[in-house]
Amino acid sequence: MVQQTDRPATRAVPVRKRRFRWRPRSTFGRHGLAVLVALVAVVLVLELTSPFRNSQLATMSYYAIAAAGLTVLTGLNGQISLGHGALMAVGAYTTGLLLGPEGDGALTLPLIMLIAAAVTALVGAVVGAAAARLHGPYLAGATLALAVAVPGLAIYFDHTLGGEQGLRIASPEVPGWFDATIYFLFAHETPSAKYLAYLGWGTLLLVLLLLANLMAGRVGRVWRAVRDDEVAAELAGIRLGQVRVLAFVVSAACAGLAGAVLGVVVRLAAPSGFTIVLSLSLLTAVVVGGLGSLTGALLGSALLVFLPPAVTNLGIGAGLDGTQAAQLAPFVYGVVLILVMLLAPTGAVGVLKKVSGRRRRTR
Amino acid sequence: MQQFLNVTLTGLGQGAIYAAFALALVLIWRSTRIVNFAQGAMGMFTTYLALTLIEAGQSYWAGLAVALVAGLVLGAVIERLVIRPVEGGPELNAVIVTLGLFVALQALAAILFGSTFRSFPAPFDLRGFTVGDVNIAFTANSIYVIVAVVVVMLGLVALFRFTDLGLKMRAAAFSQEVSRLLGVRVGRMLTLGWALAAVVGSLAGLLIAGGSLVFPAYMEAVIVYGFVAAVLGGLDSPGGAVVGGLTIGLLLSYVSGYLGSELVALAALAILVAVLLVRPQGLFARTAARRV
Repeated sequence: MVQQTDRPATRAVPVRKRRFRWRPRSTFGRHGLAVLVALVAVVLVLELTSPFRNSQLATMSYYAIAAAGLTVLTGLNGQISLGHGALMAVGAYTTGLLLGPEGDGALTLPLIMLIAAAVTALVGAVVGAAAARLHGPYLAGATLALAVAVPGLAIYFDHTLGGEQGLRIASPEVPGWFDATIYFLFAHETPSAKYLAYLGWGTLLLVLLLLANLMAGRVGRVWRAVRDDEVAAELAGIRLGQVRVLAFVVSAACAGLAGAVLGVVVRLAAPSGFTIVLSLSLLTAVVVGGLGSLTGALLGSALLVFLPPAVTNLGIGAGLDGTQAAQLAPFVYGVVLILVMLLAPTGAVGVLKKVSGRRRRTR
Repeated sequence: MQQFLNVTLTGLGQGAIYAAFALALVLIWRSTRIVNFAQGAMGMFTTYLALTLIEAGQSYWAGLAVALVAGLVLGAVIERLVIRPVEGGPELNAVIVTLGLFVALQALAAILFGSTFRSFPAPFDLRGFTVGDVNIAFTANSIYVIVAVVVVMLGLVALFRFTDLGLKMRAAAFSQEVSRLLGVRVGRMLTLGWALAAVVGSLAGLLIAGGSLVFPAYMEAVIVYGFVAAVLGGLDSPGGAVVGGLTIGLLLSYVSGYLGSELVALAALAILVAVLLVRPQGLFARTAARRV
């Protein structure tokens, strides 16, 4: 397990009284405030950037949702999963089936996304129950098998799931109230792609808020306790199996939501979209960002979105053809995974913390 | 009946390859307690090297020799450069490093050799033998595959049983501290172990490729089947890896023949979960209680 030393909870609190507190006292209040600030930032960024950036940001939102779920599982609870790509597939296919080919399903999109998350959580409960007894390489192997197996199901049930070609997913319409609000604020219409970016980021912020609270509270402490010392945790009365399954369920629900957002953004759920490389990219995101940190998951998923075009361009500049240059991104992921593990196992967030900690001490 | 016979024979041929692959995983696990998830990608890479040579006009056997030597070098280099720093550390770190190797090698192969499907020649005839007037799914090539795997296994047994080097390697895997005190260069033995495992993995990659198509991801499923085979036999037991490989080969062949080839990976997952829940130490492990 990657070492992670939590800061001691008691920091020197300034004793001056009646000072204006810009940070609310309660954890939920603090997280809620951060999410509100982030929401304003997201609205500004989405309104000020080009449609192309909007679609990139929509992509980033679903990577980040899945990575946030994975960082909870791997970073906080110490269970590795190479099957999150497959869990995203479950979410995407569920969304596609419920939304109907023409978008004429009876349910609204938020409800469909909730159902997709619930279905994936159920799958996660089954996988988690089997995985709860496994460690390190065994768990990695079992979830790798899951990642290889699930796309085969889509081909086997090709009547309902569309086989190799995949399931086309209708693009949802922009709701009237949403269009009206944006028009009121910025005086322009909302195209469907921009609405999807809003949808993805709204979901992401909600997920981050819930996960941050979960991590700061009792559940998060129990997860960390199980990760750091199983025997001690068990002696303290923690039921290891239940705790592990719960972590898997929460993580799977995030993956399912991510799959749902992916489905409506990409408008297709196909076996070729949920390869092992997707699962390993998510792992790269959480490892590079810093295992167990939601900020790290965000940073890592930004890397997954903005790095590939950059290295692909470099590759084309160096004389590779298009399909070869497209493979440069996974190559970089692999190399980065190795380098991070060898040089800075705590990831970007860990390095930043170390640097800022040193500066604070010297001051 | 004829289909049953054909499916069984195909399964035996596949099983022999999975056995070799599982053996490579077991070799590494015994010495370094690391499951090498990059094994498949390494085998794929050396197979592409062989294919490049063969397409340039060399014989199959020259390609085979180059692939095996390349595997030896690749295994040793990888152990020295990227595995040594995470050996004995947290188990998750080693897993992540091998996964990084897996992605990087697969992408590198796509960059260097292209991601199109290319056919790989088989050294022997691919048409089934005829017994009486029935054509069975057993070819000269399947005999070659089985013979090659058996020869490699006998070679490994001979190495570990009858040579000084093998004894030192077993000692290094069994207890690093004690062997170091007795003058065994443990680091070298571990490097050699990875190199040998990579040779066996390369052979498995070549045998799977023979007479079919190769593309950068063609070993993705095999790493899973090999892992399932190794776990079935017990990750610590070379003999178990062989039996596990043959069993998995047969079972998956029945699934593919009677239910549908799309379900093979799912069946492998089901077998893996069943084994891990019922007998996590595998069928042949000596130690009774092993944390998995």
